[in-house]
Amino acid sequence: MHPVLTLVVQRVALGFLLLLAVSAVIFLGVAALPGDTAQAILGQSATPQALANLRAEMGLDQPPLTRYFNWLGGVLTGDLGTSISNGTDIATAIGQRLGNTLFLAFWAAVISVPLAILLGLVAARYNGRWPDKLISGVTLSTISLPEFVVGYLVLYFLAVKWQLFPSVAMVFPGMGLMERLNAVILPVIVLVLVVLAHMMRMTRAAILNVMQSAYIETAELKGLSPMKVIWRHAFPNAIAPVVNVVMLNLAYLVVGVVVVEVVFVYPGMGQYLVDHVAKRDLPVVQAVGLIFAAVYIGLNILADVISILANPRLRHPK
Amino acid sequence: MRIPLSALVGMVFTGAFFLAAILAPLIAPYGMAEIVGGVWDPASGAHLLGTDAIGRDLLTRMIYGGQTTIFVASAATILSFTLGSVLGFSAAVAGGWVDQGLSRLVDLVMAIPALILALVILSVLPVTLTVLILVMGLLDATRVFRLARAVAVDITVMDYVEAARLRGEGWGWIIFREILPNALSPLVAELGLRFIFAVLFISTLSFLGLGVQPPLADWGGIVKENASGLVYGIPAALIPAFAIAALAISVNLVADWVLSRTTSLKGGRG
Repeated sequence: MHPVLTLVVQRVALGFLLLLAVSAVIFLGVAALPGDTAQAILGQSATPQALANLRAEMGLDQPPLTRYFNWLGGVLTGDLGTSISNGTDIATAIGQRLGNTLFLAFWAAVISVPLAILLGLVAARYNGRWPDKLISGVTLSTISLPEFVVGYLVLYFLAVKWQLFPSVAMVFPGMGLMERLNAVILPVIVLVLVVLAHMMRMTRAAILNVMQSAYIETAELKGLSPMKVIWRHAFPNAIAPVVNVVMLNLAYLVVGVVVVEVVFVYPGMGQYLVDHVAKRDLPVVQAVGLIFAAVYIGLNILADVISILANPRLRHPK
Repeated sequence: MRIPLSALVGMVFTGAFFLAAILAPLIAPYGMAEIVGGVWDPASGAHLLGTDAIGRDLLTRMIYGGQTTIFVASAATILSFTLGSVLGFSAAVAGGWVDQGLSRLVDLVMAIPALILALVILSVLPVTLTVLILVMGLLDATRVFRLARAVAVDITVMDYVEAARLRGEGWGWIIFREILPNALSPLVAELGLRFIFAVLFISTLSFLGLGVQPPLADWGGIVKENASGLVYGIPAALIPAFAIAALAISVNLVADWVLSRTTSLKGGRG
């Protein structure tokens, strides 16, 4: 087998192993914590008989390992169990919301990635001069703000003061694409601002790192324009770190999306998770937590695989 | 020693925030949960920042909120540092399966986004200040562990550590007398960043309604309490938001300076 393929297969296999371990942490780790689900549902005044009945009904009387494998088997076949708080099927409830969340994250990614790379290139080109300082200053201050603060600042100024966009991101089935885009424009702006800063700063650092190489000096000496040096010589060599940065920040969107959905009352996975943590609805929390963790790990694997593929030194085995 | 202006500004503001947190009962004009006015009264002589969603003095809430936020963040940071650095140093000194076991465990915890893992844990445990501090401290200890281990691995191969081992010193001596003094500067620089992270984390949890519980105030919670006013053009929720940002930026400025100082002194006097 080609050595690159071996590396990729190894990395993906390791990722699946990690995901399995994470599912065990989410299920067994939580089961090991003090706290009794049956007691939480029925309250302190429940009789021992009622508690025992509910435990038997929910399967809580079985040992944790048995419950874990039952749960894992269910997850693998698309059965995420039923919610404690309202008795609905979790998989059906998630279906619609997952689509909404991915829609939001997709547009945030489509806008932020090219913008971050472009700004990173400009900052690297004018390293130490005013465009660089301006971009660095603005991004440094957005890094210091928590996501919900960015969210409310954007909401207050763009939606309330200047009335440019709707303040609540209402989406419902059967909405046209343009309507839908108009509804999510504020949350998308917030997510872009949240990930843009990190992505841009790390792109800049990656390119500046490459700019110190000898072949860059050669390119400058043969008279290429600075932008051309960056575009033709520095950028291709910085692709691996830049792709890594992009993927890591997209993984970071997973966290950002939870907060942003709550700010804009957007019917997605994050809102669903937060609501059910407050209701102590463990099956929902575990299912949604696992999905978020899976997306996060998946993007991390993708980042590794792309940097393996982008590394020309690995393409030609010795 | 010359302190750059930015670090000085950062120190003054950080100091002011901590001072206000410690002296909260003395400087707060009203009681923490005392209702003293109408709903969202504008700023006036009696209420310098106006009142909040149920008529409590916003300045008072901000001062007490700062106290809670800074206390929880500091406690979590101290916990994560003690635990993370002791375990990180031990892993580096012990090596072998202790190192492997701890490192893989940390990899596993870090494979789940911290906020998601915290939410999963908080859906089972009662949400009290102690639980919040423990959860935040333990989750953040993984990051300190990585740094402490990386720094200590470089130090354990030094001749003076070898000499201490040959003298027959125990683990405790090697960790606290040989490694700790030499690993201190990168750890101190990291301390500031971890503290900011803790402030943002507790604020986010409280904002989601899963952190500090009312009537206790904290900055994230005050944002949540007053957020509904924003749609009517009442900017009360932006005040705690600015406080969080100001604290984060000023600690950042100090941490940046400590970091640049320690890296430029590498190889010289620590």
